[in-house]
Amino acid sequence: MRYSGFKVIKEALTGHKGWTPAWRTPAPQKKYDIVIIGGGGHGLATAFYLAKKYQEKSIAVLEKGWIGGGNVGRNTTIIRSNYLLDGNEPFYEMSLKMWETLEQDLNYNAMVSQRGILNLVHSDAQRDAARRRGNAMILNGSDAELLDTEGVRKLYPFLNFDNQRFPIKGGLLHRRGGTVRHDAVAWGYARGADQHGVDIIQNCEVTGFRIESGVCKGVETSLGFIGANKVGCAVAGSSGRLMAKAGMRLPIESHVLQAFVSEGLKPVLPGVITYGAGHFYCSQSDKGGLVFGGDIDGYNSYAQRGNLPVVEDVIESGMSLIPALGRVRLLRGWGGIMDMSMDGSPFIDKTHIDGLYFNGGWCYGGFKATPASGLCFAHLLSTDQPHEVAQAYRLDRFRTGHMIDEKGQGAQPNLH
Amino acid sequence: MIINHPLLGPRDAQEFTYLGDASLLARPDWQADDAADAFHDYLYLRDNPAGFHRELWFHEQGDRSWLVVTRDTVTHEISNVELARDVARAQGGRT
Repeated sequence: MRYSGFKVIKEALTGHKGWTPAWRTPAPQKKYDIVIIGGGGHGLATAFYLAKKYQEKSIAVLEKGWIGGGNVGRNTTIIRSNYLLDGNEPFYEMSLKMWETLEQDLNYNAMVSQRGILNLVHSDAQRDAARRRGNAMILNGSDAELLDTEGVRKLYPFLNFDNQRFPIKGGLLHRRGGTVRHDAVAWGYARGADQHGVDIIQNCEVTGFRIESGVCKGVETSLGFIGANKVGCAVAGSSGRLMAKAGMRLPIESHVLQAFVSEGLKPVLPGVITYGAGHFYCSQSDKGGLVFGGDIDGYNSYAQRGNLPVVEDVIESGMSLIPALGRVRLLRGWGGIMDMSMDGSPFIDKTHIDGLYFNGGWCYGGFKATPASGLCFAHLLSTDQPHEVAQAYRLDRFRTGHMIDEKGQGAQPNLH
Repeated sequence: MIINHPLLGPRDAQEFTYLGDASLLARPDWQADDAADAFHDYLYLRDNPAGFHRELWFHEQGDRSWLVVTRDTVTHEISNVELARDVARAQGGRT
């Protein structure tokens, strides 16, 4: 079924009796060409591009719970292409270009809103760094504009410009960045994949891999064995837990990241802003809630909840940037599990086991990467070659010295 | 989280900084033939378990001792706290 304005009006006039489920609920077959583990944004996008762009015919997505119930439903919905390093920026720029046409490609309203992202700077050194980053972005086809204090004041007059310790000296404005309705991304990709014949199998937990003579033959699941020529894992957050079943140790630690949303307000915050002097970022959802977050808690965790010190830290940062936040009531806070990699960058690669492919290590930047991650992982699964913009995302890059460390922190996952 | 420090008693986890898996105490032999591989695994690869995890915490805002904390990564429950010094000694490391 194709969605359109005409269809909405027609259904409104005929009692909404013509809507059908957006995807099927098939029983698993005994064998598929390609099995994707993980029915989140990345897994569903991978299945969609495998079927649509790479013309693969026999694909299943296995999801332990319900689709879109993990990090694609827990993030702060921001999309951007403002990376510095060559290994990253072409990939994220491709992703942002894909967001721009996503809704037409999927025939699904994902509420993509390019409302602009402003990274604030508070010192001369930060302004230099922002200028350098902006130049790198422009060289890779993205957009960047360096604003002075007055430029920022025009956009956000209510910020705390005269903070004694961290006055706002300007910002790097990335106009094409913005927000997307995150759940709709999972649902849109699921519907698109399903229409191209992908079996989406929910409540099907992978309990092990069947590996014979170094070749992956399929997966053991709570619904029995499912054979596959190729298995792609896209379970960021739980990558360590899943790949351990294949005997692999990864350059990844799982950490918890918290996010928060306030009560609904009238429109006050037109774009996304990030604080340069603390870790704090904030946007306003279309429902009116201020959505914000900051640092990860900093210790290994698989619990989808964090602790109070980080709540206090995030809200202190927020208060020092936007004093008016003090009048707003916090509605909800939650946690999601991040694959924190050793250099802060992700992996889209084959493993040493034939037929087993890995996508993960997205740290807390996986949502914006969803379309490009899906396309590049589909490219790898279908052609056995890395996609042009994802060549740097190798699992062996620490051995060969090709780390992609945007922050220059070294092998300390909780600092990325 | 409250960390029950072996010398100081229960302290708020906020006073500590976190390093990572306690396997970092067992530094590979730099003179071994496979030292490059061993150091790659030591520095970059992790077990990353869901469940009990032995990990290094540093009492930065306190007595600046290193601790080995055994904590459940699913529930955040802490079941054991030792001085890293004692753990390293027991493993045969120099102090």
